[in-house]
Amino acid sequence: MALTPAEVRTIARLARLAIGEQDIPHYARNLSRILEFVAQLDRADTRDIAPMAHPLDMAQRLREDVVTETDQRDVFQQNAPQVQAGLYIVPKIIE
Amino acid sequence: MYTHTLTELARALKARKISSEELTCTYLARIERFNPELNAFVTVLREPTLAEARAADARLAKGDAGALAGVPIAHKDIFCTAGVKTSCGSKMLDNFVAPYDAHIVTRLKQAGSVLLGKTNMDEFAMGSSNETSYYGPVKNPWDRTRVPGGSSGGSAAAVAARLAPAATGTDTGGSIRQPAALTGLTGIKPTYGRVSRYGMIAFASSLDQAGVITYTAEDAALLLNVIAGFDARDSTSMDRPVPDYTATLQQPLKGLRIGVPAEFFDAGLDAGVGQAVQAALSIYKKLGARVQEISLPNFSLSVPTYYVVAPAEASSNLSRFDGVRYGHRCESPVDLMDLYTRSRGEGFGAEVKRRIMTGTYVLSAGYYDAYYLKAQKTRALIRRDFLEAFRSVDLIMGPTTPTPAFKLGEKTEDPVTMYLNDIYANGVNLAGLPGLSVPMGFVDGLPVGLQIIGNYFDEARMLAAAHQYQRETDWHRHIPKGFE
Repeated sequence: MALTPAEVRTIARLARLAIGEQDIPHYARNLSRILEFVAQLDRADTRDIAPMAHPLDMAQRLREDVVTETDQRDVFQQNAPQVQAGLYIVPKIIE
Repeated sequence: MYTHTLTELARALKARKISSEELTCTYLARIERFNPELNAFVTVLREPTLAEARAADARLAKGDAGALAGVPIAHKDIFCTAGVKTSCGSKMLDNFVAPYDAHIVTRLKQAGSVLLGKTNMDEFAMGSSNETSYYGPVKNPWDRTRVPGGSSGGSAAAVAARLAPAATGTDTGGSIRQPAALTGLTGIKPTYGRVSRYGMIAFASSLDQAGVITYTAEDAALLLNVIAGFDARDSTSMDRPVPDYTATLQQPLKGLRIGVPAEFFDAGLDAGVGQAVQAALSIYKKLGARVQEISLPNFSLSVPTYYVVAPAEASSNLSRFDGVRYGHRCESPVDLMDLYTRSRGEGFGAEVKRRIMTGTYVLSAGYYDAYYLKAQKTRALIRRDFLEAFRSVDLIMGPTTPTPAFKLGEKTEDPVTMYLNDIYANGVNLAGLPGLSVPMGFVDGLPVGLQIIGNYFDEARMLAAAHQYQRETDWHRHIPKGFE
């Protein structure tokens, strides 16, 4: 499974990663190598095997509908790159 | 002082033979002296640490102190520590100060421990050599031209060099066991769900588990007593009682059934490592255990399965780093897409990007069934093999790694060569089982580890087996040259 540079650009766009054009061949090579390696799973006989998403058979717990977290917006926003009046600032998305 | 085990230090502190302040000063001085060349710590606190130590001494004087009162420890920089930078080894979080403590940080604090600092790690815990860290590679104290393993490489190097008597770690595919093995230490990854992951930065959520790196199984038992147990803030935390792991360390091994997977001894295993495993097994026989060969027929599928499942989950987990609420943001973004892509492109290193892209690919329309769904099925086969084996044995043993520590830069060129270093470790995470590594000797002067795999929630039996092996051997007492 060899990925083309165009495919790598598509994956990078889907993953929201800016990859420099000079690095594309490098990622194409590495990712192809990884996909070739994992392709050996094809040979495993998995007929009638239920897919496993999680190691433990456990159900999600329910809890009382009560407040467990208090508002800590100011604390959390200390880590934000740009805030204004308690809001996170991003480039304009609606003209 | 620094050559003692955590258990010995806790006891000496309780008996007031030493003070936490002098002990802490000893470690801080060693960190100052040795860290510049090892790069094991990324954050050292000093003043707050000394204040904590003095407070611990005051509590010890009053006699109302916890199990770890005054004991200095280090945290892997993947665990959130309130008010302290928590970088996860990434440029993305180089400016991130955690607003709260991770569950195990709280637990260890409540038990009275003193935080020395945060340890270096592979970026977002993705790596087996600690070479993917934004803060540079960590050196192995046994040979500074070699890697300490990863991703908890800073924790392992710090403990091995006696810069801290114990450190926390996380293990998604071997990240506690492999560095412990490569630095001559004991490392335990508990059962999935045994220790809360609240405040532990997520990599692959169906695999991640927190644990510790120590000198002895006894030390690991003492720490596991503190960190294990239910926490409502982690939806995968298991609500079941925590035994006193230190109470059962002496449980006789007579009649213990040890299974040794034939598949672990194929061509990829270094001959010296194989011989060390056989020597360890002969000690278990002497202790009354019965050793039998078993088979894990789908063993060869574990690394490829892991490298579909883990990147898929990582690509989803790491989508939260978007340059909006916290973490790195690029300069002057022109629009939202530019903000996302450049912030992420600049903030993540090459290995993290590789895994995000692998995960994105295997989850994308048209490839999901062939890769992700297939891997979920082979994962089920891998678990089934383990469950089948545990019908006839109590513990599974084998090598932790195929070779001793490799050279810095030796495996960075080809990602798959690096991945194969965790060949004996990945399956344990895929099944969700507990795994432990204990020092079992040296190959070419470098430490190697024996892996002990237990059934679900059977950590007590694994620790007892490791403890009694350590009473018969002194591999865990060796200190690397220059750090005595």
